[in-house]
Amino acid sequence: MPAVLIENVHKSFGAVEVLKGVSLSVESGQVVAIIGRSGSGKSTLLRCVNGLEACQSGRIEVAGHVLDQDQKKLRELRKDVGIVFQSYNLFPHLTAGENIMLAPRLAKGLGGPELRRMAEEVLAKVGLSEKFDAYPDNLSGGQQQRVAIARSLAMQPKVMLFDEVTSALDPELTGEVLVVMEDLAKAGMTMLLVTHEMNFARNVADVTVFMHQGRIWESGPSADLFAAPKTPELQAFLSAGVH
Amino acid sequence: MATFGWPEMLFIFRSAGWTLLLTLVAFSIGGVVGAALAIMRLSPSRVLRAIASTYILVIQSIPVLMVLFMSYYGLSLFGIGLPPFLAASASLAIYASAYLAEIWRGSIESVPFQQWEASSSLALTRPQQYRYIILPQAVRISLPPTVGFLVQLVKNTSIVSVVGFVELSRAGTLVSNATFLPFQVFSLVAAIYFTICFPLSRLSRHLEKVMNAGRPH
Repeated sequence: MPAVLIENVHKSFGAVEVLKGVSLSVESGQVVAIIGRSGSGKSTLLRCVNGLEACQSGRIEVAGHVLDQDQKKLRELRKDVGIVFQSYNLFPHLTAGENIMLAPRLAKGLGGPELRRMAEEVLAKVGLSEKFDAYPDNLSGGQQQRVAIARSLAMQPKVMLFDEVTSALDPELTGEVLVVMEDLAKAGMTMLLVTHEMNFARNVADVTVFMHQGRIWESGPSADLFAAPKTPELQAFLSAGVH
Repeated sequence: MATFGWPEMLFIFRSAGWTLLLTLVAFSIGGVVGAALAIMRLSPSRVLRAIASTYILVIQSIPVLMVLFMSYYGLSLFGIGLPPFLAASASLAIYASAYLAEIWRGSIESVPFQQWEASSSLALTRPQQYRYIILPQAVRISLPPTVGFLVQLVKNTSIVSVVGFVELSRAGTLVSNATFLPFQVFSLVAAIYFTICFPLSRLSRHLEKVMNAGRPH
């Protein structure tokens, strides 16, 4: 039973069809990277997986939950599926610690010293123990993104989604976020990520999926896919270096 | 002919108390109703949205004076005689609710939609999103325009003098009629309005500056 199962998903924004029948599966513990040009539909696909975008047809199953737009079922799914965004989206009026503790408290009913300890633990995991009481505005972009990852981890998700999480960062800050993600991958987290970091996809992802014009154009074990791209579109994409 | 002495001045000062009370009551009730309307305007339910926007549209399109006349004279036709203070505070509360609803709706909408996405992705319910994520940020944004509206409300309480309720303006008219010293009397009345409104205006200006400068912790 795969951790993520996407079957023949179609999605349109108005008259524009951005996903034209996409199927993909991610096994438990696997890391799958989605690459492709802007507008290829990769971010939309990722956002469909946790219901931020509703797809018109097809079937998605994540962490044992069948995706359904019913709010209650959606919340159950989201307790098990974390997402990290390109623009961090921390809650600016809360400290790093509060950002992390809010959802476990409200959605999972955790509390007391146990909650605090868990928050400190995930913050330590992303290397920011000393920033528990810092507000997002006083953190660098890379630190904010690591807090955002910690915030997701605090829900103890079974699957993590990453939506171009380093695209808004300077190269030097990108590194610190990628290290955290690599640690997560090594720890066995099931990860589905949209990325422009080709080296990360090649070295960390088990499988890389190339999306083009709303379809999965080519996919395979990362090492093979990058060493010997089969389709001319992927060859052009990889050689252009413009991602 | 009466002179413009201490008793007259005291009368005017005491009436200023009624102006403040009227403002307070109208703002509190208008605030509660306005908050509910703002949430209704943003609700997923089309019916709730339509009710709220119709109410706001109607109230914003008629002078508050007409609301006042309707609640004071209109209801008395049906045998419901509202005392002037009640009619006055009800009318001003209705007026305030429509304007506060729009100010607050705007404030809620100016919280980036990514905040909604991030919090719903963390399995928060809609009420939880409002309570813990959206409203705390919206309140900060709404403070300067809300205080600004409060200044308008203080000044607009003067219109209730037309139904015979003795607040600051009405007291001024009464004293002026008795003393034939309109300039002196209304100068005092204006000075009192100024004393109430000026600090509020400054507060609004100050809040705006603080908000623009970034978030104070």
